[in-house]
Amino acid sequence: MAGVQPTSSLGGPSAPRINDLAFKIGTVNGTGSASANGLLRQAIFRMGIPVSGKNLFPSNIQGLPTWYEIRASGKGHTARTARFDLVVAMNPASYARDIEETTTGGWVLHDSSWPLPRDLTREDVRFLGIPLAKMAVDNFQGSRIRVLMKNICYVGALAALLKIDIDIVKELLTETFASKPKLLDSNFLAIDLGYDYARDAFDCPLPVHLEPMEENHDSILIDGNTAAALGCLYAGATVAAWYPITPSTSLVDAFTAFCLRHRKAPDTGKNRFAILQAEDELAAAGMVLGAGWAGARAFTSTSGAGLSLMGEFIGFAYYAEIPAVFFDVQRVGPSTGMPTRTQQGDIQFVAYASHGDTKHIVLFPADPRECFDLAVQAFDLADRYQTPVFVLTDLDIGMNDWVVPKLAWDDEYRPDRGKVLSSDELEGAESFHRYLDPDGDGIPWRSLPGVHPKGAFLTRGSGHDRYGNYTEDSEPYTDVMDRIRRKIDGAAPRLPAPEIHVRDGVSLGLVTVGSCRGAVLEAVEALRNRGVAVNYLRVRAFPFHPQVEDFLEKHKVVFVVEQNRDGQLRNLLVAETGVPKRRLVSVRYYGGLPMSCHHVIDGIAPYLDPEPATGPISTHSSSDPDARTAPALQGADP
Amino acid sequence: MTYIAKPRVRHPGLPTNRLGLTRRDYEGSMSTLCAGCGHDSITAAIVEAFWKLETPPHMVAKTSGIGCSGKTPTYFLKEAHGFNAVHGRMPSVTTGAHVANRDLVCIGVSGDGDSLSIGMGQFAHVIRRNVDMLYVLENNGVYGLTKGQFSASADLGTKAKRGEINREQPIDPVLLALTLGAGFVARSFSGDKEQLVPILQAGLRHKGFALIDVISPCVTFNDHRGSTKSYAFTRDHYHPLVYADFVPSAPEIKTSYAAGDSNTVRLHDGSRINFRKVPDDYDPQDRTRVYGYIRERQQAGEVVTGLLFVEAAVPGQDADLHGIQGTVDEPLATYPFGDLCPGADALEAIQARFR
Repeated sequence: MAGVQPTSSLGGPSAPRINDLAFKIGTVNGTGSASANGLLRQAIFRMGIPVSGKNLFPSNIQGLPTWYEIRASGKGHTARTARFDLVVAMNPASYARDIEETTTGGWVLHDSSWPLPRDLTREDVRFLGIPLAKMAVDNFQGSRIRVLMKNICYVGALAALLKIDIDIVKELLTETFASKPKLLDSNFLAIDLGYDYARDAFDCPLPVHLEPMEENHDSILIDGNTAAALGCLYAGATVAAWYPITPSTSLVDAFTAFCLRHRKAPDTGKNRFAILQAEDELAAAGMVLGAGWAGARAFTSTSGAGLSLMGEFIGFAYYAEIPAVFFDVQRVGPSTGMPTRTQQGDIQFVAYASHGDTKHIVLFPADPRECFDLAVQAFDLADRYQTPVFVLTDLDIGMNDWVVPKLAWDDEYRPDRGKVLSSDELEGAESFHRYLDPDGDGIPWRSLPGVHPKGAFLTRGSGHDRYGNYTEDSEPYTDVMDRIRRKIDGAAPRLPAPEIHVRDGVSLGLVTVGSCRGAVLEAVEALRNRGVAVNYLRVRAFPFHPQVEDFLEKHKVVFVVEQNRDGQLRNLLVAETGVPKRRLVSVRYYGGLPMSCHHVIDGIAPYLDPEPATGPISTHSSSDPDARTAPALQGADP
Repeated sequence: MTYIAKPRVRHPGLPTNRLGLTRRDYEGSMSTLCAGCGHDSITAAIVEAFWKLETPPHMVAKTSGIGCSGKTPTYFLKEAHGFNAVHGRMPSVTTGAHVANRDLVCIGVSGDGDSLSIGMGQFAHVIRRNVDMLYVLENNGVYGLTKGQFSASADLGTKAKRGEINREQPIDPVLLALTLGAGFVARSFSGDKEQLVPILQAGLRHKGFALIDVISPCVTFNDHRGSTKSYAFTRDHYHPLVYADFVPSAPEIKTSYAAGDSNTVRLHDGSRINFRKVPDDYDPQDRTRVYGYIRERQQAGEVVTGLLFVEAAVPGQDADLHGIQGTVDEPLATYPFGDLCPGADALEAIQARFR
């Protein structure tokens, strides 16, 4: 075998560890590794083991380094971890980084068709060389198929090393290539080549490996954008207008695919939907407003940069009271930022988006299952409150595959279209004025165009009175603005309640949002193992549900964990609740990768009373300095 | 007072259309534009066109952007829903409304600033998408509400009220629309109701996107000597090329034009109009030659008007937005939920893919 021989100076094989591992694969963008990596993730899922896959990809079509990280955890901890027991180094351009990120005692699987540069070796990891490129060249014809099969070879090798059920891998391949027997044969051969080589050359399985479990019977493996698209389909959305932008594009792509399959009129083959790819995000927002105004359930899907462009229409929808649903699959900002990295940097912007006084209903799913559920709710809320509703996810939720409970649907569900006057109601009414508040809840009645002459009014973003007439006078203007405020504030208790895990007598609280959930729950468990009790709340909507303020009040110190530089959720909590600012400690990670448990622990650790020097918790990264919020926590738990 | 309702008094002697509605029923509230504003004449022509077409007012969706033109939907069809959008974004809102409810008759009113500067992108793309609407561009070459800045349609060499000369190339919405593939392109003059009304009627009935660029002098900021968008200048250089007779009973547009030489007619205020007779080889269905002709006459200092270009409908082929989208015949906005939601069993089946 060419290259560096496996060496270890760390006293023999690692201790056995079952169903608690993470590995990453470093490849080159555009070489077809996504399907190989998906195969691994899917096979582990079918083995019944909780698993997650994080795709770290560049903003590029072909040629740059890309990574896929898989974590399998019998305990169900599927947040990203920075510990990689095994690294598959397929890309010479990222060898150095990949080898460096292998945990002590771990393994590096590399292509030994060429020697690995000597300066990259480490004494504390083992190198497993497999001549993948050579195998592919010797066994397959054509450059593209060789590149693809090289990937499948490492899948075979990993199956042997990590004890991934080879029959399940082949079953998946059979499903994928059912109609392409020639490709299936190639894939089978490649799997066997990798599998057999590994079995012959190494002690398989490695001490850190997988064993079948029974965890995933009622689960699916799905990304958030697909799940959100399903939510739109099921909520009865008929109009989507959008402009392509990473990482939200796949939401509309998925919606399109679902509509083509499930929204064709059976008799005519015509579409019960319209999907408009707009010229920019401004137009996309305008189309959504026009459609919502005319009575359709309409939405757009974008990311922060697109939402900035939509700002003017967002204010319009708020002030003119037009239902609209905006999905913001957040990426790293500001500006173009890092388009293929994840962040929760739009929280504050979205809460008060557009100029003037506005405040918006925002929903925060934590995973794809909630993307589905909250997407449906978003349409109901938009119609009920006649206002734009934002569903704030992020790249990690939107584009990565998560194991979540199966999506459920109640056939009794009927959309809440809110207060819309029918033709008969208008006919019978003495008069109609758009912005009156006859029910005292701040929500006016609306009429749709084309229904009845008595329903006519002019929708405007300019100053208007409660009758819908133009005004530049103080009192009629403030009258409407005050009512809209009452309307939105009144929505708070009816928005999705927070997820809360509390035990009595615990004075430390932890508040988080969205995709931080997995990392935070893992941290709560790790802290508990360390003797530190922490209560947990995850915000699911803005304006905040009353339970949020209750929780803050009941805890002496509350750590607010989120993925942005400025502690945006904390800022909102400070602004929108009566809780003293000093009681809210900001814990942040905003480097663009999905949040890990250690980010939470590292952020909290400095505020805890004397701690054991070492604990069972990994604290890999440098801590996240927080000069601004460093209250003395004497007297705080534990 | 910024909102003036008109008293709803019905004179028994007013003529009614077949819906039993008088012209009054197609009016809106009182205009708050300057006395003599060209836009008010266009509003009157719109009222006339809808009355003649016998369109039920509540089936109309009237949209606009920002600027003086943006205010005008208030002044017609009080029984129609209106949407006064943000600046330059009327086309996207109209697109959304029309895609949601294809039964609505869509008329969008915009201005030269709203369409050719801030809204240039949406103007281009609503044409590209072929939204079934009448797009009325009230073109006065000037920003009125902000007191007289040049707009993108201001001609080279035209003079602003404050004296400066425009040195930037104008954007001509008619040539642009022809280039972008619009199926119905017209230009008219707010002072020529006789020409305007049938074009509006025809545009409203045209399936797909219809543009009418209406020279509409701004009496306050662009009606002085040296302006190329003043009443006087427009009348002097105005060439009604194609008068369109609209036959309401059938959606067919008959154009009549006679060959001949230019003819100068003196108007009551002493100014003159050159009535050009249409050259023999002018074909309002030949996009390339229409473009060339307008360009040629423009270089000779003439503003040709009329229904300049119209694409004949191809039976059985809907090239408008709904045709492109392949949408159902019924409005999406009111489509029964039961036919939109695939239901629990389908969801179970869909999820097999995610196992």
